[in-house]
Amino acid sequence: MLAWVGGVSLFGARAVRDAFRRPFELDEIARQIYEIGWRSAPLIFVSGVAVGVVLSMHTRASLERFGAVSMIPAGLAIALIRETGPLTAGLLLSGRVGAGIGAELGAMKVTEQIDALEATAVNSFKYLAVTRIVACIIAVPLLTTLMDFAGILGGFLAENAASGMSFRLYFQRSFLFIGFEDFVPATLKTAVFGFIIGTVASYLGFTTTQGTEGVGRASTRSVVLASILIILADVILVRMIFFFFPQSRG
Amino acid sequence: MNQANGDAIRLEHVTKSFDGRKVLDDVSFAVPRGSAFCLLGRSGTGKSVTLKHIIGLIRPDAGHVLVEGEDVPALRPRELARVRKRMGFLFQEGALFDSISVGENVAFPLRRHTDLPSPEIVRRARARLEQVGLGADYDKMPAQLSGGMRKRAGLARAMALDPPILLVDEPSAGLDPITSDEIDQLLLRAKLEQHKTLVVVTHNMPSARTLGDELALLDGGQLVVRGTATDLERSDNPIAREFMQSQGGG
Repeated sequence: MLAWVGGVSLFGARAVRDAFRRPFELDEIARQIYEIGWRSAPLIFVSGVAVGVVLSMHTRASLERFGAVSMIPAGLAIALIRETGPLTAGLLLSGRVGAGIGAELGAMKVTEQIDALEATAVNSFKYLAVTRIVACIIAVPLLTTLMDFAGILGGFLAENAASGMSFRLYFQRSFLFIGFEDFVPATLKTAVFGFIIGTVASYLGFTTTQGTEGVGRASTRSVVLASILIILADVILVRMIFFFFPQSRG
Repeated sequence: MNQANGDAIRLEHVTKSFDGRKVLDDVSFAVPRGSAFCLLGRSGTGKSVTLKHIIGLIRPDAGHVLVEGEDVPALRPRELARVRKRMGFLFQEGALFDSISVGENVAFPLRRHTDLPSPEIVRRARARLEQVGLGADYDKMPAQLSGGMRKRAGLARAMALDPPILLVDEPSAGLDPITSDEIDQLLLRAKLEQHKTLVVVTHNMPSARTLGDELALLDGGQLVVRGTATDLERSDNPIAREFMQSQGGG
């Protein structure tokens, strides 16, 4: 376990260092943002709407008791933007993207494609791992923003069905108590989630052994380990956000 | 450690162990420029490991690996990339990049390492594919090719930058005799007409006879016999004799 933690930490540190060294592999980063980001958008959007509907139903059930139904949009938006959206997006993407990267790089490793890249005088670490990690760091906050808005849309659909509240009123109330300190730190923390997903999955892909069985293992472990690390990182990052943005406690 | 004039490749007392098992034990040989060196031996005797030492994919535990006078394991990454551009490597299973087309696999080294305009790169990649009889398969994906076609496409990629040294791992394994002979003829032309240096790992004695100026038998991690095909056939070494007879080479 210690060896794994050490290995993945060194892998991540090397990725950070190499990300600022030439060549920057911008074409490959753009391709990975498309693969990781754009292709994950339908999953994130649909999940976001569903989460918004469910959260809205729960919130309505709770707030009705106190006669505070008008607070549903604001309560839902704060919950989504501060925590539910970022964490749900992170966990969903650790499944879709982490498994994909782990399996793809694992398959490349066991079929000697990574060796073939090196033999072609290409830095395989930079070309395959750094580009995916950078793409995850960029894509995950963007997808989190999509999830937040999809969740608010889902909340509106549920609220509209329950009370007939108009679209305009719902969105006015949603953003009534949302400020910079709610959206920016919570969304930017998902860049760390992206770093975790990209690094863990790339590391497990690069260290795959034992053929197709190893590829399956790399894929599964990418999801499990990235998910655990995201949850642990979330605890630390929330504490840091409260420290640097004390107003976001309110 | 001095490189004798005219040697493209020289291994000096190379030793390598994996998990405590010695795979190469004090292996030394030299390959003069423009000649073909065939490495024979049973499976698991370290033939592919030897090739991977030459291109720097594996570092020796002891000894020197010199390519055109440069000690490969001692090179810095940028210098290693420069030396690798002077070598083409055909992997046992082709190791084509499975996310891009066959043509783009061959074009890949040209896109990475030359400033040629894209149409010229495509023209050269097509020409390479035509050389190996795959002119009509530029747009196919690697998964659509048979094993023999993948190997031929891998050879086209290895030759894309027109490197002076070709390292070829099992060019005829799993191929029908006609395709195997076509690949042998292609490699022979590369040696005779373009004066390329070849290091060929093979089990196939007809291939070794066709291509090899010098043959060597690896057994137990050591080069047990070296010489021409006739020398090996007349060798007193029981392993060499058994090997030659079992390959129909007697």
